[in-house]
Amino acid sequence: MQHSTPTQPLTPRAGEQRLGSRLAAIAAGQEFPTEVHPELARETISLAIENFSLFYGEKQALFHIAMGVPQGKVTALIGPSGCGKSTLLRSVNRINDLLDIVRTEGDIKLNGTSIYAPEVDVIELRKRMGMVFQKPNPFPMSIYENVIYPLRIDGETNKRVLDEICERSLRGAALWDEVKDRLHESALSLSGGQQQRLCIARAIAAEPEVLLMDEPCSALDPIATQHIENLIDDLRGSYTILMVTHNMQQAARISDYVAFLYLGRLLEYGPTTTIFQNPHVPDTLDYVTGRFG
Amino acid sequence: MNPLAAQPQQTPPTLRTRGGAPAVLTARAEPILWLTGAALTACLAMIGLLLGLIAWNGWITFWPRPVMRVQTPDGARMGEVTRQERYRPVTEAETVTNRLVRRRLLRTGNYELSGTHFHWISDEEIVPDSETHPEWAIVVERLAWGRFYGTPTEFRVENRPVAAEPAAVWNAFERYHSEVRARWRARRALEKDDIGHVNAALERERLRLREIELRAGPQSAPYREAAAHYAEIEQNLQKEFQRIRAEIESLDRENARFTIVLTTAEGRAQTLPLADIVRAYPANRLSFRDRVRIYLARWVEFLTDEPREANSEGGVWPAIFGTVVMTLLMALVVAPFGVLAALYLREYARAGPMVSAVRIAINNLAGVPSIVFGVFGLGFFSYTVGARIDQLFYAAKLPNPTFGTGGVLWASMTLALLTLPVVIVATEEALAAVPSSMREGSYACGASKWQTIRRIVLPRAMPGVMTGMILAMARGAGEVAPLMLVGAVKLAPELPVDKSFPFIHLERSFMHLGFHIYDLGFQSQNSEASKPMVFTTTLLLIAIILLLNLAGVRIRQRLRQKFVGSVF
Ligand SMILES: Nc1ncnc2c1ncn2[C@@H]1O[C@H](COP(=O)(O)OP(=O)(O)OP(=O)(O)O)[C@@H](O)[C@H]1O
Ligand SMILES: [Mg+2]
Repeated sequence: MQHSTPTQPLTPRAGEQRLGSRLAAIAAGQEFPTEVHPELARETISLAIENFSLFYGEKQALFHIAMGVPQGKVTALIGPSGCGKSTLLRSVNRINDLLDIVRTEGDIKLNGTSIYAPEVDVIELRKRMGMVFQKPNPFPMSIYENVIYPLRIDGETNKRVLDEICERSLRGAALWDEVKDRLHESALSLSGGQQQRLCIARAIAAEPEVLLMDEPCSALDPIATQHIENLIDDLRGSYTILMVTHNMQQAARISDYVAFLYLGRLLEYGPTTTIFQNPHVPDTLDYVTGRFG
Repeated sequence: MNPLAAQPQQTPPTLRTRGGAPAVLTARAEPILWLTGAALTACLAMIGLLLGLIAWNGWITFWPRPVMRVQTPDGARMGEVTRQERYRPVTEAETVTNRLVRRRLLRTGNYELSGTHFHWISDEEIVPDSETHPEWAIVVERLAWGRFYGTPTEFRVENRPVAAEPAAVWNAFERYHSEVRARWRARRALEKDDIGHVNAALERERLRLREIELRAGPQSAPYREAAAHYAEIEQNLQKEFQRIRAEIESLDRENARFTIVLTTAEGRAQTLPLADIVRAYPANRLSFRDRVRIYLARWVEFLTDEPREANSEGGVWPAIFGTVVMTLLMALVVAPFGVLAALYLREYARAGPMVSAVRIAINNLAGVPSIVFGVFGLGFFSYTVGARIDQLFYAAKLPNPTFGTGGVLWASMTLALLTLPVVIVATEEALAAVPSSMREGSYACGASKWQTIRRIVLPRAMPGVMTGMILAMARGAGEVAPLMLVGAVKLAPELPVDKSFPFIHLERSFMHLGFHIYDLGFQSQNSEASKPMVFTTTLLLIAIILLLNLAGVRIRQRLRQKFVGSVF
């Protein structure tokens, strides 16, 4: 806790707040504008979330989220449990649409094209993104078929192309050496960590523009976590990655930008080092240093 | 103290219920434990008793028993004891007695002489010391008239006696019988297959002619041409028919040369043609190995042959075949319908009162008495759909119905309807149990709803669907009542699948083991003789259902290994 003294905040109003008081104020119903750090203005934005709100029935889960996810960078979503990280992530590829009760306002744009416009073909849209879930969810088929699933459903039948993509994706997910001799065995026979890397291989098989990851390491041991982190590091640059994590060290290690969500609001959004060392909002520091709660 | 002697005391009887450390029985025994345990024991005992009774009675049917001969005031009787009981005899002197007397039911056969297959023999009416087991008592199983019991007195070839001593006669019989039987089988094959072929060909030509007549009219040129063609073919087939008949007759003549003369207990001589004898054995001279051989031979006959003597003898092969074909066909029909209906209900229909109502209706369908389905099958499938098919495609055969009557197809579809709820409910449950994470994973890859269902949800739900299919097959294979209306018959020598074009005859009526049991038990003239067959056939039906289920369970296991597995 060497960062006990927050640096001078950029916005004058934030300075008026007592330590930790903004979170309490939000809980009490007060609204604050998001603290977006200026570094983000210099990035090319791949995924633009514009004034996005989401309701589960009557209950609002996201409040006017506005953030641009930079191209080729790793952006981490952090925040206490239930603050809406998964909801936001799942809004990007519209998996939330599967629930009848979900209603949205605002828009998200993927490289300029609207995701929520009425004329959008959701299925085509999802093909431009890959998603990795908290719990590994391999399909009940062989390892090989799992990896090439996105291409199979696209109707790709050329065996040479499929083989090539399978190998490339598995190599990309650092799994190739472990499974290259058992590609046609059931994916369910893999260990949890291997299954998660398989899911990553599947997510990158179709070369998506954006990779969404919802706590990809939460079910894994430290060694498997290390694997996945190395992997994310390797993917940096070629993919725009938006990931949720509860592990602050992990966020600090692998992300370029961090967004701090609280009760459905985006509180602060900036470069990782700034967020962890001298964030503009004191409450963010409380959270990342574990003094929140 | 001796350490070995002390040991048993250290391990008192323990009881393992769920988990926890082993505990002494009395330490755990809440009253409810005894109650539930007793209920389970009672259930198991009842099931065990049921299966045990059927299995025991079914197994012993074919065991060859010794032949007994007794002298009574009404004459001598010879036969096998099939069962015995005690009764209170009523005499003129005393109307009610307290004496218990044993009487035995003797299967005496020789129906053409005595007019009955069985005799009750009371111990009181037996002439003292007249009960013997004659060494040369022969049991003869025949093609017609049931069994014959007698002692061999003569063997004839072309009416000339070649042996007169029992041993010599028996030797001669054993020498000639198998070749006579071989000829008889050849003759039967000729009659069934070859003549059957000729008849089928003739019928086909006749239908073709009739079709042309219906289409072009009896005065038209094409019809006259076809009629001439038909006459020519008919002549050829007629020739073929004559040739086969001649062949059969020559075999018959050859077989007619051999006869055996048996003398009954009463001393009457009866000449039996060897060709009529299925099996004969000297019941009191058999070694244990001989008995086992006869026992097995009877099982083989039972499983592979056609029935004779109003189903009370011979085999049940057509019924086995009919049951299996009907059940598999039913599974084939019910699987797609059930799965599709469940898919719609679970995946596509919007949850609401409508869907709930449909679900309740389906569940209640499972409780409708099966005969109701039979009536529906007859009224809808046979008389409506079938009659329409006949009009459209089998007009030449009318007024003889083809599909417009009961048949294996309609029976399968009726049973498919009957078992549909089971499959729908099981499939729905299986679909609901597919983890949503898998669906989401698929959608996130850009799969459409149908792609997700086809590639992820259905394979994953397959084991559950198989459970439904297993239950459906168990129910369908054992159902009798609706079948009586839609195509199961007492005797159907033509199997639904055979060697004549088009090989699969879904319109044919068929035999079914369940119906066969009913027929044996309630419709047989020779009920005493068919009673043991009831048990044996029941045993067989249970075995077949068990086999079908085991096959289903195996498939399910495979599917489970392939598609479900363990997650970590
Ligand atoms: N299907 C749903 N129906 C109704 N409310 C939901 C649903 N899913 C999530 N919510 C609510 O939305 C809010 C945000 O949930 P979300 O799952 O996005 O949180 P999270 O930040 O991912 O939490 P965690 O860190 O525990 O995963 C929570 O209050 C949750 O109760
Ligand atoms: Mg979450």
